[in-house]
Amino acid sequence: MSGRGPFGRLDWITVILYALLVFIGWLNIYSTSVGESHTSIFDFSTLYGKQLFFIGLAFLGIVFVLFVESLFFERFASVFYIVSIVLLLGLFVFGKTIAGATSWYDLGFFNLQPSELAKVATSLALAKFLSDIQTDIRTGRHQLYALAIILLPALLILPQPDPGSSLIYFSLFFVLFREGFPIYYLGILIFAVVLFATTLMFGTVWVAIGLIIMTLLVYTFKKASVKIPILPVLGVVAVSVLFSLSVNFVFENVFEQRHRDRFALWLSLEKDEEKLDEIRKTIGYNTYQSEKAIESGGFTGKGFLEGTRTKGDFVPEQHTDYIFSSVGEEWGFLGTSAVILLFSLFFLRLIYIAERQKSDFSRMYGYGVISILVFHYFINIGMVIGLLPTIGVPLPFFSYGGSGLIFFTMLLFIFLKLDSNRLKDGI
Amino acid sequence: MKKLLLSSVVVLIGFTFIGRLSYLQLFRFSPDQILDDPAIKKVYDYPERGYIYDRDGKLLVGNQPAYDVMVIPREVKPLDTLEFCNLLGIEKPEFLSKMEKARRYSPRLPSVLVPQLSKEDYAKLQEKMRHFTGFYIQKRSLRYYNTESAANVLGYISEVNEWDLKNNPYYVAGELKGRTGIEQQYEEILRGQKGVKHIQKDRFNRDIGPYKGGKLDTLPQQGKEIQITIDKTLQEYGERLMHGKRGGIVAIEPKSGEILAMISGPTYDPSLLVGRQRSKNYSKLHYDTISKPTWDRSILAQPSPGSPFKTLNALIGLQEGVIDDNTKFRCYHGFYVGNTLRGCHCGGGVRDLNSGIYQSCNAYFAGVFRKIFDKYETTDEGMDVWEKHMKSFGLGDYLGTDLPTGAPGRIPDVDYYDKWYGNGRWAASTIISNSIGQGEIAATPLQLANMTAAIANRGYFYTPHIIKSIGNNGKIDPKYTEPRYTTIDRKHFDPVIEGMANVYNYGTARWVKIPGIDIAGKTGTVENYIRVDGERMQLTDHSVFVAFAPIENPQIALAVYIENGYYGSRYAGHIASLLIEKYIKGEITRKDLEKRMLEKTLEHEYAKPYSGEPFEINEYEW
Repeated sequence: MSGRGPFGRLDWITVILYALLVFIGWLNIYSTSVGESHTSIFDFSTLYGKQLFFIGLAFLGIVFVLFVESLFFERFASVFYIVSIVLLLGLFVFGKTIAGATSWYDLGFFNLQPSELAKVATSLALAKFLSDIQTDIRTGRHQLYALAIILLPALLILPQPDPGSSLIYFSLFFVLFREGFPIYYLGILIFAVVLFATTLMFGTVWVAIGLIIMTLLVYTFKKASVKIPILPVLGVVAVSVLFSLSVNFVFENVFEQRHRDRFALWLSLEKDEEKLDEIRKTIGYNTYQSEKAIESGGFTGKGFLEGTRTKGDFVPEQHTDYIFSSVGEEWGFLGTSAVILLFSLFFLRLIYIAERQKSDFSRMYGYGVISILVFHYFINIGMVIGLLPTIGVPLPFFSYGGSGLIFFTMLLFIFLKLDSNRLKDGI
Repeated sequence: MKKLLLSSVVVLIGFTFIGRLSYLQLFRFSPDQILDDPAIKKVYDYPERGYIYDRDGKLLVGNQPAYDVMVIPREVKPLDTLEFCNLLGIEKPEFLSKMEKARRYSPRLPSVLVPQLSKEDYAKLQEKMRHFTGFYIQKRSLRYYNTESAANVLGYISEVNEWDLKNNPYYVAGELKGRTGIEQQYEEILRGQKGVKHIQKDRFNRDIGPYKGGKLDTLPQQGKEIQITIDKTLQEYGERLMHGKRGGIVAIEPKSGEILAMISGPTYDPSLLVGRQRSKNYSKLHYDTISKPTWDRSILAQPSPGSPFKTLNALIGLQEGVIDDNTKFRCYHGFYVGNTLRGCHCGGGVRDLNSGIYQSCNAYFAGVFRKIFDKYETTDEGMDVWEKHMKSFGLGDYLGTDLPTGAPGRIPDVDYYDKWYGNGRWAASTIISNSIGQGEIAATPLQLANMTAAIANRGYFYTPHIIKSIGNNGKIDPKYTEPRYTTIDRKHFDPVIEGMANVYNYGTARWVKIPGIDIAGKTGTVENYIRVDGERMQLTDHSVFVAFAPIENPQIALAVYIENGYYGSRYAGHIASLLIEKYIKGEITRKDLEKRMLEKTLEHEYAKPYSGEPFEINEYEW
């Protein structure tokens, strides 16, 4: 590497992984949207043609990002944040409604989704706030500030309604954890989710029995030297049981039927074949079709452009949120595991890069980027393969969509730009 | 810890996903799920059903086009409803309700709007069709009958039912299948093999092209034409003669076992079961439980055969050596069983074999029957021998024809009487009615015709069959070309045939001689009973006749059975002689007889038991 110019110190491993993901994503978009008349791939009336155009735009975005001075992003982080908050507010007045969600500005040639822009801005703003010399994340006040930066856009996006995008902002908690926010908060959250799910599946009585048995086991097998005070433990058990009791109440009285159905499907609560069939045809239709499509791919898949369910358009929204089911059908287990592997390597590489930053801002921003990408990846594929309930978020770099691709790319390349300048930061 | 958190999360997610994907794609995957893949539809290409020709190559059954008007509701553009209805020949409300029904079925898939338009309506509609977007005409193939006869022989085709679908994986709901007669028996030959196209569908069930470029597709195989042994002219003529009469006629060519005619009365025009009126007509025929037009009496009716059966008893007597040509029995206008006199109409006196047959003397054959049994020490032995001889004529069991239905008739055996009377509590005299073809014997007209063919051949017959040739190579099942020998030696037939010839010369059928043709025949008059309101009532006797001709080199053997036609020569004998003349000479010389047979009906006889009033049987007036 020359070490000079905007492309000089770019982390090429990441760039190659990125390019591979975009390329494979486009191949699958091509497969889902190609008709009988094989027109040119540059036919912009087709979805694959448009996506190619978006890829071009994303490349321009990359060039733009790389030519901008690194400090620009740090300095103007607050401005970006305020602009994106204004844009989100503006949606309430000027927003364009697509598929029931008022999430877009109609720019004529392009529908801009400000929630995508806000992801970049919020990551930058959070990094900027946390890296400030005066910020101490261990103090309650600063914890609240950080929470506010994260939750403000999430709250604005929620009523669009776009609960999926809104949920994504919670991924930025990983930045906080990295910077010293107590990890046991995460522990409590996970414990609560597990309690919630197990209560629905087995009922409060069994959850209580399980908790007591676990407590007894811990006391039986702990080393005699380790002292665990008995009262707090009993307190935790009691609170857990109370929580478990409240779960049933919330599930039956606060949730709506469609939510209950989603959980019923997700946790296999419904055993009655007839009702299950009904759910599969209505609320669980997408998941059912997508699982079936993936399943039918088997080990080697049906081959590129040979996916019968993909071609037949059986999986709704397959080119956007359900793009991974096309991989499953046409490329089989080999293809899906390769994509999982590719994503994992990509993320691990990014984490490695983030950890090597000398500048706190760069590291924190990097963590923001990674958290957002991982969260999308987790929720999207989890939903497509039937592990998680239906939440509409795109698969980064894969799913069809201009705003998504361009802002994910900018999100990533701002980080790579920061990384390429890491040696100067010490000066 | 905090540095490793995110990496651990990424790795954990990766393993979870791979785990779930292995479950889906490796564990739950099964290679034959292409069968229930909703994206792949099989579309069938049906070959034309094979034609059916008679023994001389005359067309019996062909195909005709029919035109269904189809609609795809979503593609329908506003139209001049009134004009369209006029063209289709339906009323506007009917049109609207059919459109609504089609829309409810599916807006995207074609439905039949008006089925089976006639050629004329089609011609009118065709040129205007382009004005009506969303509608199109689909051609279908229906059976076309070049005859109004032979409905029961030819059979009909109808949509497969659930039973067919369960038992034969070839069929798919909505397909047609031969239901009775030839159409059923030679279904696989006539229908051919449908071609399959695998079409890729989208989730709205619209075609989006062939699956795998048509690699799995097959081409349809044309159904083969077949030629049957029926003589179209004879069959049609026989059905005309059966007008107004119930019964069955079977004519066989003795030297080959080919069935020349198989007539059941009453019958129906096979064209009734084709086209728009099909189901209405079918119900009408199927639910006529009194005259039962769909019940083929020629192969399913099993009356007692009556006197024609005497010829077999004579043959058994000769074969067993208990009588010869000159053995004589005295007829006391009947014969004694114990102290009871059983009647006889032969006129009385001394009877030998020849006059026993041509005068149809009951006493003579009762004597023969006793002698057969007397030869053996026990009744059981005698019965076994008698049964063996009888069955060698194809009686008492299914003949093994290539007809989808049939009846076994009955030749009683030791077990049968042991059950009825008790072991050892019966003897030849108990079952003496069998000697004259009454009693417990039952035979279908087909069996009687076959028995006559065996006599005509002097001792053997070919399994009666209806197939003459299949497709171009013409080969048929070899079992129809192998002779089946009876247990009677050839030499014993001549005296019996002489007696049968004298039936025409001096005997019970001397009024129905045909100039120039030597016929051997035997009349039969069969008593019969029914139950009306639980009371056993005798009806007018069934008229039966068997005959073959010419005596040397027989060309036709036939059995005619006319329900309640009274004595053998009255209806059965006349009809038999007309059929023989028609078949051998090609034309009828006795026009007055022909006219009488064509016009006479027995409807008044059939109405008697249902009239609710007292009635006379066996009327002499006719």
